[in-house]
Amino acid sequence: MTVTVFLPQVLRVESSGAARIDIPLGGADGTARLRDVLDELALRHPRLDRRLRDERGRLRRYVNVFVDDDECRAVSGLDTPVREGAEIRVLPSVAGG
Amino acid sequence: MAFLLVIGTRKGLFRAISDDRRGWEVSGPLRLDSEDHINVAAVYAVGVNPHNRRILVGAESSHFGPSVWSSDDLGATWREPDAAPIAFPPDVEDSFARVWQFAFGDEPDTVYAGVEPHALFRSADGGESFELVRALWDHPHRANWFPGAGGAAIHTVLPGRVRAAETDPLAMTVAMSTGGVYQTRDDGRTWSPANRGITTTFLPEETPEYGQCVHKVAVAADGGFYAQNHHGVYRSADPASGWESIAEGLPSDFGFALVAHPHAPGTALNFPVVSEAVHLPPGNRLQVHRTDDGGATWRPVNGGLPADPYFGIVLRDGACTDGADVPGFYFGTRSGDVYVTTDDDAEWRQVAAHLPDVLCVRAIEV
Repeated sequence: MTVTVFLPQVLRVESSGAARIDIPLGGADGTARLRDVLDELALRHPRLDRRLRDERGRLRRYVNVFVDDDECRAVSGLDTPVREGAEIRVLPSVAGG
Repeated sequence: MAFLLVIGTRKGLFRAISDDRRGWEVSGPLRLDSEDHINVAAVYAVGVNPHNRRILVGAESSHFGPSVWSSDDLGATWREPDAAPIAFPPDVEDSFARVWQFAFGDEPDTVYAGVEPHALFRSADGGESFELVRALWDHPHRANWFPGAGGAAIHTVLPGRVRAAETDPLAMTVAMSTGGVYQTRDDGRTWSPANRGITTTFLPEETPEYGQCVHKVAVAADGGFYAQNHHGVYRSADPASGWESIAEGLPSDFGFALVAHPHAPGTALNFPVVSEAVHLPPGNRLQVHRTDDGGATWRPVNGGLPADPYFGIVLRDGACTDGADVPGFYFGTRSGDVYVTTDDDAEWRQVAAHLPDVLCVRAIEV
């Protein structure tokens, strides 16, 4: 299965300018979790990963990740299931500046 | 000959360069990264490696976390390693939050980082990667180290020093808030508290073995120590044996920063703050106090500083010396003003004004 990660402008320097990245995942449809997506993303872009997560793999407080239309913390956090073709959007929260 | 002053602020890193320490060319925020959110990250720690002039910067984005950047051309260009420079090992539940201090060892590539939460990291490759100093992390006192108002951190790292007139590459003194002063004499394998005589205002025991909120420790020219505590100013030739108060004569015994003269053992600068509850300069007047007799007496040295009411204080790493033969002394305030004086000058001179609040400064002759 494959999902697509969309990155905000401020993080594209860590993805060589890519605004969207297709992430192939192993396993059957319905078994993948958001954590698997971010782990695969980390292998390709380690600095991007540490902008999103600390070394314990926890999402940074002011980083929001939407799986399709749902912010992951409102579902199951990094254990949120991802479907074939899911659209995953990384967005900085409204805080900070 | 020139002088480089690196200024870390709540909104990025600034640099000042001068030939005579009177006229300064100031630039910033420097471009650590091609993204502006990094360039205006809070810079809590800067260090200039005395062996090779490499600048290390510990910065923290409010959204995207902390990291370490380095420059080998005095701040013109910067790089950040792909792999996280500082990270706790997998068996530690905590995660790296912020660098509070860089310090440099006798070997050019040996760099120490005091960080939040309370931990010491060591690099053997000039700051590209760091490893946790495990024995201090595993110290049995850790459960009783708590965050001060600014966080839970090791903010002072003094390699090679544990007592006056003695340097030892296996020795080191660190200070933390809260926790106090700890020392090792065996290259970090064991650590002992060294707080005898330092008081607390927030624990049932006034002078506990450890747990003090020591704000900054500076090494005097003779290898002795000065300490600015959370209420209390002290000196010691041998912290393991104890500290003696030198607060008499200061307008307040509270403060954060303290700078020792690099060549005159009895000389130090203090930057008083009203109290733990009132983080303002005493009398709402920006002021610096100097001792030339090891703290027996203090005198204000405020020539050139604003006479108008002033409300910005100097944080614990907001003051430094460049260590030159005729040393320069520098400080920046939470109001964004930066001043310099030299040991042969009776006046403070403004380097920069209206910067974001200054968190740290480091200066070196280049």
